[in-house]
Amino acid sequence: MKKGGSTQGWLWFIALLVAIAMPWVFYNYHTGRQSGFVISMLSQMGMMSILALSYNMLLGQSGLFSFCHAVFFGIGGYATIHFLNLAGDGTLPIPLELVPVLAGLSGGALAVVFGYMATKQRATAFAMITLGIGELMTTAALMFHHFFGGEGGVNSNRMIGHSLFGFKYGPSIQVYYLILAWTVISALLMLYLTRTPLGRMANASRDNFERVQFVGYDPRMVRFTQFVLSGFFAGIGGGLYAITYEIVTFDALAAPLSANALLMAYIGGSAAFGGPILGAVLITLLQSGVSLMSNSWLVYVGVLFITMVMFAPQGIMGLIAAHGPIVRGGRFGKLLLPYGRVIVPCLVMVLGFVGVVELASFLTIGAAQGKALVLFGHKIDEHDVLPWLAALVLLVVGTSWFALEARSFRRVWDGLMSELKPERSAA
Amino acid sequence: MEIVLVSLLNGLVYGMLLFMLASGLTLIFSMMGVLNFAHASIYMIGAYLAFTVSQFLGFFPALIIAPLLCGLLGAAIEVFGLRRVHSNGHIAELLFTFGLVFIIERVVQMTWGMLPMPYRIPPVLDFPLFTFYGQYFPAYRGFMLLVSAGMLLATWLLLKKTRVGLIIQASLTHPQMASALGHNVPAVFTLVFAGGCVLAGLAGVIGGNYQTTEPGMADSMGPIVFVVVVFGGLGSLMGCFVASILMGMIMTFAVVINVSLLDLLKPLGITLSGDNLFTEFMTVPVARIGALLPFLLMIFILMVRPRGLMGTRDT
Amino acid sequence: MRGLRLLGYSFAVLLVFLSVLSSGRPVLAEETIKVAYTDPFSGPFASGGDEFLKNFQFIIARKNAMGGALGRKFELVPFDDKLQPAEALIALKSMTDQNIPFVMHCTGSNVGAALIDAVSKHNARNPDNRIIYLNCGALATELTNEQCDFWHFRFAGSVDMRAAARIKALPQDLKKVYLLNQDYLFGQSIQHDTKKWLAKLRPDIEIVGDELMPFGKVQDFSPYVAKIKASGAQSVVTGNYNRDLNLLIKSANEAGLDVRFDTFLSHLIGGPTAIGAAGENRLTSIMEFNSNVAVDLKVPEAEKFANDWRTSGHDTDFSALNFVTMIDMLADAINKAGSTDPLKVALALEDAHSKDLLGQDVIMRKEDHQLLMPYYAGVFSKGVKYDAEHTGFGWKNYMTASTADLTLPTICKMKRPAE
Repeated sequence: MKKGGSTQGWLWFIALLVAIAMPWVFYNYHTGRQSGFVISMLSQMGMMSILALSYNMLLGQSGLFSFCHAVFFGIGGYATIHFLNLAGDGTLPIPLELVPVLAGLSGGALAVVFGYMATKQRATAFAMITLGIGELMTTAALMFHHFFGGEGGVNSNRMIGHSLFGFKYGPSIQVYYLILAWTVISALLMLYLTRTPLGRMANASRDNFERVQFVGYDPRMVRFTQFVLSGFFAGIGGGLYAITYEIVTFDALAAPLSANALLMAYIGGSAAFGGPILGAVLITLLQSGVSLMSNSWLVYVGVLFITMVMFAPQGIMGLIAAHGPIVRGGRFGKLLLPYGRVIVPCLVMVLGFVGVVELASFLTIGAAQGKALVLFGHKIDEHDVLPWLAALVLLVVGTSWFALEARSFRRVWDGLMSELKPERSAA
Repeated sequence: MEIVLVSLLNGLVYGMLLFMLASGLTLIFSMMGVLNFAHASIYMIGAYLAFTVSQFLGFFPALIIAPLLCGLLGAAIEVFGLRRVHSNGHIAELLFTFGLVFIIERVVQMTWGMLPMPYRIPPVLDFPLFTFYGQYFPAYRGFMLLVSAGMLLATWLLLKKTRVGLIIQASLTHPQMASALGHNVPAVFTLVFAGGCVLAGLAGVIGGNYQTTEPGMADSMGPIVFVVVVFGGLGSLMGCFVASILMGMIMTFAVVINVSLLDLLKPLGITLSGDNLFTEFMTVPVARIGALLPFLLMIFILMVRPRGLMGTRDT
Repeated sequence: MRGLRLLGYSFAVLLVFLSVLSSGRPVLAEETIKVAYTDPFSGPFASGGDEFLKNFQFIIARKNAMGGALGRKFELVPFDDKLQPAEALIALKSMTDQNIPFVMHCTGSNVGAALIDAVSKHNARNPDNRIIYLNCGALATELTNEQCDFWHFRFAGSVDMRAAARIKALPQDLKKVYLLNQDYLFGQSIQHDTKKWLAKLRPDIEIVGDELMPFGKVQDFSPYVAKIKASGAQSVVTGNYNRDLNLLIKSANEAGLDVRFDTFLSHLIGGPTAIGAAGENRLTSIMEFNSNVAVDLKVPEAEKFANDWRTSGHDTDFSALNFVTMIDMLADAINKAGSTDPLKVALALEDAHSKDLLGQDVIMRKEDHQLLMPYYAGVFSKGVKYDAEHTGFGWKNYMTASTADLTLPTICKMKRPAE
């Protein structure tokens, strides 16, 4: 157990180093600056990681399914804009680095109010109460101008002139490192929380809430505390959002963002602590990256989601964690060839699927938009039979071949696992 | 007085429209515990299919064909997708239907385009049935009421008075026992899900030309329908019916109430000055938030009674 | 099994080989002038973005055929912002990375406000990598008043301008109106400016109802119809659009309510189709253009333009004349500045006087970078040469608010960059 833990720790540390170095990888020597787009994406990943991790405090750790989580993110954002405005004109002398704390407190404060209402119940009733809360807040944000600024939102300037380290925070790379720092701090804090009695009782009430009562804890208080803390961390994320974009509008607390948090936590893996971070990275890439390449990206998200739900409900981290026994038993090498055998048909299948979706999309929507489907530098005419044939062949061949290879992979896997059983039980 | 009676009638009709859509969802939810997020999407598909079919065969054949096609779609979704996800728990099922929403929306956009479809009320039903305080009551609304009532009756009869219904009820509360007795429980689940989709599709056929048929129609109907189902309670078709009518009435009457919180406090001599968030909040008349009242109600009832209004089981 | 596997792998290898072979770098044409365009292209609001994209493709193709600007062709680079400011700002970073000097955006004042702010800050912080925001449809009046900015140019009438045109276009015998708008900033803006202009231009009109309804949430409009009827209004003046408008009119028609609908946006795509015969002779709207205006003003070039659009496989009608004006004026400014450098182009663009495709005078006002342009009031009726969206009904022009009429004061005090 300990050995696995520290390996994980090392992997996350390497990931952190990669995150620090990434902007420099995409340095454009011609223009003498980093790629603004890459920094934007990385910043977004950082904020979304915090959001997803805080959401997982509810979903994965407490078994609570919330539809209104983005509300706390959004309130943290709105509050931060107002704080920045106050700081900017001198009323509130606070360094920019500490503004996220205020944002977190705002999120947490609102979570106290809504948490009192929602955590009275659990499971579906809880979920539906949060659905109602989400709808109410979104409408309120559109209706009330003084705090929310209406459709145009509220904006501010992050260069407030106060800083602990003397940075101006004009260039976005400085903001990125601030975000990274806060992401690490929040993640570590949330990780610490999972190891406290609160965290353990949250897990317990997720698994068997009746027993928790017998043990002497009030599951309602456990839920409530988790809810408030998750609102606090979501607020931090919102504060960083406000600092980055310097404008907050109603979509920062609306249902689509809550849905995103759910997607990220689930796809990344809600059982493992770090799963939501992976999910955040992946979904941000899909949403902000793939969407620039294809307008059918929602279909890909939907299909990815459904595939995960059907075949890998533990998420990506779950899949990785399942390899644990095999790696520890030193048998990972035996999986390399089977993986190779599975990945090739998988790629063929994906290529076929993307081809069919894109061709269909261009046939009906894109064609009239005057855009052209470009593959490997070649224009493809969606009215020709050949590309369709090619895509369908790829899809069909790929899927059946994949099914074949998947079965034999399964056999190899099961074989390895049963080999390891006596070793594991002996260990 | 006039406004009360007019609102009563309007509220009733709107409530019945909500019930048409909610009945399918409550069937699936009560019976399978799955909150089918894609329910409103099936409603949308029902409307689009009805439009296409009615272009070739007319409205009344579409009334039969489109819901059946939706039922088939529902059966396919259940057999090939949902069934595998049953074992992973309710949340996984919910997430599965959630993923479907994205896919269906895009597929609809790709198939029929992004603009609203000219799906119109059939001329044979497009006339005023009677005049009520100077306003017409269109015949199509009467038709909607009929269909809605018919749906209620048919579903209730099926569940309570037929053998199939008995088996369905048994399979849902005691699946292993029902299975041990020789009933095909997975097939029951498929049947129920498909049945719910048929109801959704039928609601789409009727609602699509009454409202507008466009890719965004699922997003606008979705939330209110969930509220109705949860408010009415699990396991209770009657609860769903009562909740639909109640919500319809509330939303309709709210529009004519121009009172705000501040107005209620005026007799106490309280006034508010100043242009800030608090004043904004206190001066909102009920009419502006009519569409939100169901959510408020749902929150309060769930806090107090998680079963909903007439639920037989805890949610 | 073995054989199948072998077959599979050879297939894959062949695939890789073929794709490597065929992937060539496309031969770069001479350098184009890139114009970024961001709007929602996916999700529930995609229909608007989709339509405008097609409009721009059409307009730019025509402009390129006429020579483009500085002898170079325009290239449209679309980005999907999903109607979310954060996404638009990320896309903006991608645009500035690629040194694209212009970005167009037409949907949503929430994104518009965010873009103005972000472009302004970016240009101040990165003077070597600037970008101009060409606003083709974010209508909030504040964007060229309180929130005005040097780097923002609006090529669409603000809410204030439209309200002025709307009130001017009310018939003289109208005495009672009911105001119904959506409960968010845009709807509240319309409500505010409508009342302002009613007081100014038509004090004889009585406002018998003034209501805000939840944005996009109302499914059943019969209670509103009942209220309108009870108030005795002769006309409903509303800024509602899409569902909120279509359902309202349908409901009123079914209930037999005989009122006019004097709207701001019912001409937007999907409106005529959804409303249909229910709107005959009582639905009016304020629009930048429709084909019948070209007929009335006897401008064959504009008529041909709109007709080319209709006959080239589009189910909709062309109404976005301001897009044509935008591209034309941009090209003129680039030619005048002799480069695509944003600062030079911005200086050439402001205070530009030009004529639009209908031959009307249009002015890009230097003070607030608002385009001053005419608006046309049309009534939905039969007996016009061009119908709307194949419904058999078209917009019959009955009043024109000229550029001079709509030259309204502004409180903009923009900070100008050191030149």
